[in-house]
Amino acid sequence: MSPQAFLDVRDLRVHFPTDDGVVKSVDGLSFQLERGKRLGIVGESGSGKSVTSLSIMGLHKQGAARISGEIWVDGTELVSADPETVRKLRGKTMAMIFQDPLSAMHPYYSVGHQIVEAYRLHHDVSKSAARKRAVALLDRVGIPQAATRFDDYPHTFSGGMRQRAMIAMALSCDPDLLIADEPTTALDVTVQAQILDLIVDLQKDFNSAVIIITHDLGVVAELADDILVMYGGRAVEYGTAREVFASPQHPYTWGLLGSMPRIDRERTERLLPIPGSPPSLINVPSGCAFHPRCRWADRTGGRSQSERPELRGGSHLVACHLSDEERSAIFAEEIGPKL
Amino acid sequence: MLVYIVRRLLAAVLLLLIVTAATFLIFFVLPRIGGATVDDLASRYVGKSGSAADIHAIAVKLGFTDPIWVQYGRFLAGLFVGADYSTGPTTVHCDAPCIGYSFINQNAVLPELLDRLPVTLSIAVGAAVLWLLGGVAVGVLSALRRGTVFDRAAMSIALAGVSLPIFFTGLLCLAVFSYALGITAPGGSFTPIEDNPLKWAYDLILPWITLAFLNAAGYARLTRAGMLDTMNEDYIRTARAKGLPERTVVVKHGLRSALTPILTIFGLDLGLLLGGAILTESTYSLPGIGKYAIDAIVSNDLPKVLGVVLIGSIFIILANLVVDLLYAVIDPRVRLS
Amino acid sequence: MRSSRKLVVGALGAVAALVLAACGGGNAAGGGTSSGGAPANGVSNPSDQTGGTLRYANSGDWDSLDPADTYYAYSWNFARLYGRSLVMFKAAPGADGATLVPDLAETLGVPSDNAKTWTYKLRKGVKFEDGTVVTSKDVKYAVERSLDKTTFPNGPTYFNDALDLQGYESPYKDTSPGKLGLKAVETPDDQTIVFHLKSSFSGFDYFAQLPATMPVPQAKDTGSKYKEHVVSTGPYMFQTNELGKQFTMVRNPNWDQATDPNRKPLPDQIQVALNVNADDIDNRLQSGDLDVSIEGTGVGPAAQGKILADPTLKAQTDSAVVARLWYAAINSDVAPLNNADCRKAIEFAADKTGYQRAYGGSTGGDVASNLLPPVIPGAEKFDTYASNGNTGDIDKAKQALTACGQPNGFKTSISYRAERPKEKAVAESLQQSLARAGIQTDLKPYPSGDYFKLYAGKPDFAKSNGLGVMITGWGADWPDGYGFLAQIVDSRVIRATGGNTNLSVKDPAVDQLIDKALQTTDTPTREKVWVDIDKKVMDDAYILPGIWAKGLLYRPKTLTNVFITDGFQMYDYLALGTTRK
Repeated sequence: MSPQAFLDVRDLRVHFPTDDGVVKSVDGLSFQLERGKRLGIVGESGSGKSVTSLSIMGLHKQGAARISGEIWVDGTELVSADPETVRKLRGKTMAMIFQDPLSAMHPYYSVGHQIVEAYRLHHDVSKSAARKRAVALLDRVGIPQAATRFDDYPHTFSGGMRQRAMIAMALSCDPDLLIADEPTTALDVTVQAQILDLIVDLQKDFNSAVIIITHDLGVVAELADDILVMYGGRAVEYGTAREVFASPQHPYTWGLLGSMPRIDRERTERLLPIPGSPPSLINVPSGCAFHPRCRWADRTGGRSQSERPELRGGSHLVACHLSDEERSAIFAEEIGPKL
Repeated sequence: MLVYIVRRLLAAVLLLLIVTAATFLIFFVLPRIGGATVDDLASRYVGKSGSAADIHAIAVKLGFTDPIWVQYGRFLAGLFVGADYSTGPTTVHCDAPCIGYSFINQNAVLPELLDRLPVTLSIAVGAAVLWLLGGVAVGVLSALRRGTVFDRAAMSIALAGVSLPIFFTGLLCLAVFSYALGITAPGGSFTPIEDNPLKWAYDLILPWITLAFLNAAGYARLTRAGMLDTMNEDYIRTARAKGLPERTVVVKHGLRSALTPILTIFGLDLGLLLGGAILTESTYSLPGIGKYAIDAIVSNDLPKVLGVVLIGSIFIILANLVVDLLYAVIDPRVRLS
Repeated sequence: MRSSRKLVVGALGAVAALVLAACGGGNAAGGGTSSGGAPANGVSNPSDQTGGTLRYANSGDWDSLDPADTYYAYSWNFARLYGRSLVMFKAAPGADGATLVPDLAETLGVPSDNAKTWTYKLRKGVKFEDGTVVTSKDVKYAVERSLDKTTFPNGPTYFNDALDLQGYESPYKDTSPGKLGLKAVETPDDQTIVFHLKSSFSGFDYFAQLPATMPVPQAKDTGSKYKEHVVSTGPYMFQTNELGKQFTMVRNPNWDQATDPNRKPLPDQIQVALNVNADDIDNRLQSGDLDVSIEGTGVGPAAQGKILADPTLKAQTDSAVVARLWYAAINSDVAPLNNADCRKAIEFAADKTGYQRAYGGSTGGDVASNLLPPVIPGAEKFDTYASNGNTGDIDKAKQALTACGQPNGFKTSISYRAERPKEKAVAESLQQSLARAGIQTDLKPYPSGDYFKLYAGKPDFAKSNGLGVMITGWGADWPDGYGFLAQIVDSRVIRATGGNTNLSVKDPAVDQLIDKALQTTDTPTREKVWVDIDKKVMDDAYILPGIWAKGLLYRPKTLTNVFITDGFQMYDYLALGTTRK
């Protein structure tokens, strides 16, 4: 079936065979993204967010991962494509920025050189033309004295400036898809906002599709048009940001929201942590992956243990055995007041 | 930067003083502790039939009857202003820097050292280039193909290289390739490079290969380990994310980082080797500094030993300095503010 | 002789032996049953063919090419190519090679004044390589400079000891005209030279063959630098000399065959490579890349195994019996060895076959029952402490122990040179064989370099450390009784300051016999006196003889006129030629 959207992920499964068993990092994930839109993928560590993005980029080591399903980017299916095809798309059609800009940039080459390298890979231009472009990019991402800074090494930049430089590098070839994996986690709070603004700004310039991967709900609240909540390698809730924040459907999402400290409300009660610990990806809990930690699992009559819930709904999707009415009721009584 | 270099050079001079003084002490003091007298020491340099008077005359001639610090002072003075020596009928002046005259055969030490230096240099540099290229290449390939047959085979051969002593492999190679097959030069062949570069290389092929084989192992393993480490770094992932071809990722991004510690060790190894590739020179009968060192030590010939110690120390100190400077050049993070 | 550079040979050879011996197959090195190559009593490959280049290699280096400053047997052998001494060992095979013939002189020395004065007349027409005529004054000058042990410390001191120096030290301190102030040597005219000795010495011709009598032109004498270009009187002269590396020689145009009945120089050129790896030398000999291994001690253990296992190679070997005895000195300074019977117990108890095995079996040497090696003219073989199969006689040993008051044996120490694996093997073998009689020993290794100067050769040290048995060896400076025995059995040469080669023999009766020999000019009578000395020392049991050394020499097919001369117990270097162009 031909793809519907610019980025179309269908039933993606990424399994890693290890000596201890098969690690099912992503186990049946589907979502879509259009150009000009921003998707936030949220979840705790190990939920499969980064693995998903690496799969899109084709950055998993050959032979280490067993990938099935389909990933369509601008009409090209990537899972079945040969590595050379995917490589040609990297940097040009899809680009990625990483969490720690210091370790993500080569310490021996100047920032400008690394940007130029990316640019000249996909464009046949002279060194000086590439340099001009790189300086312009550095300037665009808000680095002062871009022309001098071109020759500086990554370790001479502050954290925020480094991340800007990385963004410049990622955007040097006008990618249609930008994946930002925890772009602000390593940065100061004050700098975070600037970076996020920058990303939004640049997206308007280039009309690219943006995926922001994060465990920080505050970030997605700022940025995302749509939100995909992942748990145990699976999507548990998927909707617009407004929908998800205003009326979160999945008990896990409730837990995420409840455990978020907020400064705009009075601290009347303690935070609500989600009981239990993240699931093993080798021995994923049967049925609903969340059921061992769900306070309402016993209301599903055993289905949460035996049957895997499908992602269903209209525009606001959720994978849960509880009925919509049950969930609304629980939300109204127990969850909503505390948020 | 300049201040740094000057400081290091001054420290080097101090180190050379300490090293030569230590040599003096070892030479003179240790036998004293064993109960030997000055004449006992001098008797080493006399034929067996020397009378007590002859031995004492030699002791005086060689300066043993003076206190150790006076002898050391004389040695230092010789380095700066030269010294005079009697050949019997005449007196000959040994120009500064004068390391001295051999106790055993009264040949001047410095000219002999300088004469042998090209041999050791030729052996060391040639072999070093070979083992660096070979070792690194094998290490990179092994790292990229970790766990495969190639990797295991390469590491095993490397282990063999390190375990087989050169006087075994060397003599065997000579017997097979030089004498039985006649395709390489016999032992003792050395042509200075300025006379005939092709023959220079031809003569040294076997010593280069056997010596390189010995050392390549360490470098292969180091490179392999370094590459395995480096290829796991985040910036490698970034390089791939940019869409760079794998070969560029491996060489320009991976190898460049992995090489830094290897270059450090290479510099130090080369520095050491320049002080005398002792076993190689003995096995192939090449008149280099290493062979000279062995002869000097075995015959208790102090001036020769001092000469060798000086040259060896100078090379090691220089190598250390160059390596430190090189590190700053390669890795911008290390540069002094 | 001097310590041959077996250190390096042994260390390298021992390890390489495993592989190279395996390559050769058959009996590994050190097999006790394989006998050496064919003993030489004739000339191999005789030829008159001249021309070509003769290639020598040395695993070490000369002590000096200067004839006044050298003490190696091979050096004295080789020096005859570039120098002519008053007399020389005849270039002839076997025992004939141990006879002296006149070289620079017209006849052997003429003794007078009860052998205290010796006169030589020089041949006419002998020239240096530059054409200058050689006179007796050049010989006197050469002898004078050889006395200077400060400038030339390596050579023997026979002239220093024998001549009445009257305080003469060195021509370099000589203020007399022409620097010929040594009164003990006279040159009444250009053809005559007269030596005045301090005391009678019948064997002075052996001194006259020393390289120190090779003439040296005073105008060209540069003292310690003379060795860089020695001026030749022989058939060859130096062309190039790279110290420590190699030297080459070409024919001396001013050497006149008419003045020289002793030599027939065949090759046009001679090349000598120095400091060549010992195992490499052996390989090159076999591959034809080398003609002669100049040290003349034979091939190393690795090559021996290979060569003896291959009949073609074995046919190209010669077994040289050397005037060298490996032995153990029994120290009477250390109780209870002051008692002769206790010493005899050791002589009886020792297993000589173990001694031989330690040196590599029969290729290493023959079991020695007395001191004088058979190659010494007039030597007699006898066995004072005979036993079945040379394995030792424990009963007689125990009897001797009872006689000396130690019926249950005693304890003492055995010393040896640490870097010599063969000596270590001997020490261990003796330890075992002596233990059979109840003699308990512990082993004490000492560094070779100072063994004689500071340890075994220093009487105080040996005594205070209880060194009852001291492993050592000795090679004659030349093959006659005096050359072999004088340094090791004369008690008067023992110095308290150390550096001794006589480690244990102290018998005034022996000293008297030595004096008698020195004065006996009739050769057969003199030879008998040396045999008497041999017997007396053995009766005293001061020395436990081990083996008479042998070397396995290998000659390539292209080498001509190859024979072993008893004069130097190796190939004679004057006669050699080559068929290679």
